[in-house]
Amino acid sequence: MNALISTALSGVVLMFVGLFVRNKQHIKFFAIAAIIIAFIANLAQYPSVQLGGYVMYGMIEVTKFGVLFNAVALGTTLLYFLLSGSEFEKMGEHVADYFALIFFILAGISLAASFSNLLMLFLAIEIMSIPQYILAGADKKSLKSNEASLKYFLMGSFSTGILLMGITLIYGAAGSFEIAALGLGAESVHPLALCGIILMVFALAFKVSAVPFHFWTPDVYDGSPTVFTAFMSTVVKAGGFVAFLRMFHTSFAGGSISHHWTLILSLITAGTLVLGNFSAVFQQSVKRMLAYSSIAQAGFMLFAVVSLNSMGSQGIILYSAAYSIATIGVFAVLMKLKDYTFEGFNGLARKEPLLAGAVAVFLFSLAGIPVTAGFFAKYFVLSAAILNGRLLWLVVLAVLCAAISVYYYFRVIIAMYFKTGEPEVEQTSGGFKAALVLAIALVLVLGLFPNLLLCWL
Amino acid sequence: MLTVLLILIPFIAGLISFGLKGSGPKVLGIISSLATVVIAIGTWCTFRTTPDSLDFVADWIPQLGSQFRVGLDGMGVMLCLLTAVAFLLIFITIYSRDYEKPGSFYGLMLLAQAGLMGVFTAYDALLFYIFWELALIPVYFLCSLWGGEKRIAVTFKFFIYTFLGSLLMMVGIIYLYFQTQDHSFSWAAFSSLPLGPEKQKWLFWLFFVAFAIKMPVFPFHTWQPDTYEQSPTPVTMILSGLMVKMGLFGLIRWCLLLVPQGVGMWSDVAIVLCIIGIIYASAIAMVQNDIKRLIAYSSIAHIGLMCAAIFADNEQSLQGVLIQMFNHGINIIGLWIIVDVIQQRLGVKNMDQLGGMARKAPRMAIFFVIISLANIGLPLTNGFIGEFLMLSGLFEYNHWFMAFAGLGIILSAVYTLGMIQKVIFGESNELTETTTDLQPGEALALSLIVIMILVLGVYPKPMLDLVSSTTEVFNKVF
Repeated sequence: MNALISTALSGVVLMFVGLFVRNKQHIKFFAIAAIIIAFIANLAQYPSVQLGGYVMYGMIEVTKFGVLFNAVALGTTLLYFLLSGSEFEKMGEHVADYFALIFFILAGISLAASFSNLLMLFLAIEIMSIPQYILAGADKKSLKSNEASLKYFLMGSFSTGILLMGITLIYGAAGSFEIAALGLGAESVHPLALCGIILMVFALAFKVSAVPFHFWTPDVYDGSPTVFTAFMSTVVKAGGFVAFLRMFHTSFAGGSISHHWTLILSLITAGTLVLGNFSAVFQQSVKRMLAYSSIAQAGFMLFAVVSLNSMGSQGIILYSAAYSIATIGVFAVLMKLKDYTFEGFNGLARKEPLLAGAVAVFLFSLAGIPVTAGFFAKYFVLSAAILNGRLLWLVVLAVLCAAISVYYYFRVIIAMYFKTGEPEVEQTSGGFKAALVLAIALVLVLGLFPNLLLCWL
Repeated sequence: MLTVLLILIPFIAGLISFGLKGSGPKVLGIISSLATVVIAIGTWCTFRTTPDSLDFVADWIPQLGSQFRVGLDGMGVMLCLLTAVAFLLIFITIYSRDYEKPGSFYGLMLLAQAGLMGVFTAYDALLFYIFWELALIPVYFLCSLWGGEKRIAVTFKFFIYTFLGSLLMMVGIIYLYFQTQDHSFSWAAFSSLPLGPEKQKWLFWLFFVAFAIKMPVFPFHTWQPDTYEQSPTPVTMILSGLMVKMGLFGLIRWCLLLVPQGVGMWSDVAIVLCIIGIIYASAIAMVQNDIKRLIAYSSIAHIGLMCAAIFADNEQSLQGVLIQMFNHGINIIGLWIIVDVIQQRLGVKNMDQLGGMARKAPRMAIFFVIISLANIGLPLTNGFIGEFLMLSGLFEYNHWFMAFAGLGIILSAVYTLGMIQKVIFGESNELTETTTDLQPGEALALSLIVIMILVLGVYPKPMLDLVSSTTEVFNKVF
């Protein structure tokens, strides 16, 4: 709740700050201060929910899980600001507006982690989405950016419509908007409810870019300014997953109803894993490879939703943190390079050992190699699926896909360490390097002691 | 505590080494590996008196029921000793060589040693898995940075292959974890699971594929000859002398007791695969011209016999495997040292370009012959006792299997003696006229190896005593 209020307020304030403060540096510092305040405010709420959550006005439920997820989202955004905040300044005159839009997205995410009413779910998804349409088109003079924005907007609004339709049908079947009191699937499943659930699966699968609703992803992520792609493909995607998880684990978990949608969702998961990984193999640009890798990673996060147990909720928290930190880090280094192809990384280790080392650690984490956070993230989601018992085929498929993912992640490592070249790298500041070291430390610490994060749950 | 030191010393030395320049890393490597050998011998002495004091447990991830649990049984002590000795031998041999970026080279080597020690000591499945992967990553970088021309593609294949295998093992480990009563990863909990035969039937493959890729067993061997050929020779020594032992060790520690019925159901299939591998690899080795590839294929054949003997389901063959794990590690490292010497002096590794080296390098020739004979398993060398036990164990299990596996021994003599003949005897040519004999470091390492070959060949009892505690455990299972 504190996170929601503080991020929304910060967003509004930042818009006005843009009117009065002309120095872009100052705006960045202001945004960093605001996110730190939001982070602390969010943590301050932890003691009150430690023993159990509470519902406010039938709309929002404050829970330990929500607070912890907000902490992860705000923490990774802070890291993102520290690493890539200076890139905002290069985007144009409206730096404060971009920061404000990020804060609005964060407000949407914190709502997604704590809604207890279908209307709030809809609001959360919309608040998360609309600023993204603007950010995708932030590079006004670039044709690709405009295309990305328009494509995202059209497809996004369409899927929002489907979500709303699903909510309506469920309301028709259950007669309530309260997600805890829908009471579906106790005995027999109402056909209306079933249609509604399927529509919701489709709409939310679109938001987290699961196959076959992923077609927008590569174009949008590739076309958008890289600095915003880094945010859209990480923190926002995690927000989408949390909404997905919360909705389906609260309302559609009991009784016979879960059999219907888990079957569909496990097929979606399988498709996402296979298509995401195989397509990433054939990319020539690292940015586009990361877009497909984000689809592939979404496949792993879907395990948390489809396996329907508490291991899954732990998994989604850890996965969000591991995936976001690593991807934000890779993007931050990518932005310092002139050439986004794999060849652009040739010989980076010799020229910039720290940048190359950081990218290597982040890619190890994305590939799920032990002693990095990504290993335990994968461990938890796979455990959740194995615990479920009926998803072993999916686990074996995921493992094969994970081996494929090593191929495209290691292409970057091979380019950096084993090939020679003269990459053009921008000068990096001391602050950037410090933030990079912090990110490496986080990845390794979470890889050795995941309980540092999960003990709060 | 001694057990933890085995992991900690190379790990810390490895980290320090990254910061050193010049001859610093070399000296550090020798010091660290000497210290590790001393500790490893210390664990052996402790094991004879108070084996329980080698266990060490610390909390790690209490929520998951995973602990930092390390310990040693007879097999563990032997493999740690092998790892410690092997690294010392490698470092002595390469002391006079200069590698590019020595800090990173020695750092990665020592980290690989720490990973291997971890694998051989872990008594917690999650910890075992993590060390299993950690041992692989430094080796991947070593091969890719210091290897031959085709190194990048070859080691990439090697990495993906083994990574896939380990992930399958991971699935198996998680599955077993959820079957345990108190949700624990400890070996004790895993090995006392009451699993039905239906489950064991498929669980076996999740583990076996991971270990079979590492060994490698036919048909999972395709990465091996290329990787051995392209890696820098010190790394090939680690790969063939130690990392293949990870596969055999894993099979004995983490498969035999966990899914005994699964092993029983599939043992015929596994032995047939091993035997196909033995004959196939021996046949290819006979027509090889490249010495590195020849030894690589001979290694597939030898490992195949060891793997088959594990499945032969009796104490005798298991004892043979355990003792052969040590001896094969020593012998193959000796062979690689010789190959490295030839390659360093002459820059070639094709046998048709060699010949007549005995006249110019008599000491090397003597060592080469002794080590090759040990590799064939001639009586009075260390290779004999292990092969004898394994074959007699296989004979007890099935006569036909033993007959075909025994064919491998004969073929091994054919290609090994052929290699000796082509390399050190015969006419010398312009190139081999230029060769020089061994340098002090190389001679020291090789004489240590030959001493071990002869001592263990004549008096293998200490080794047999060491591993007997492990084989007794398995005797109760079968």
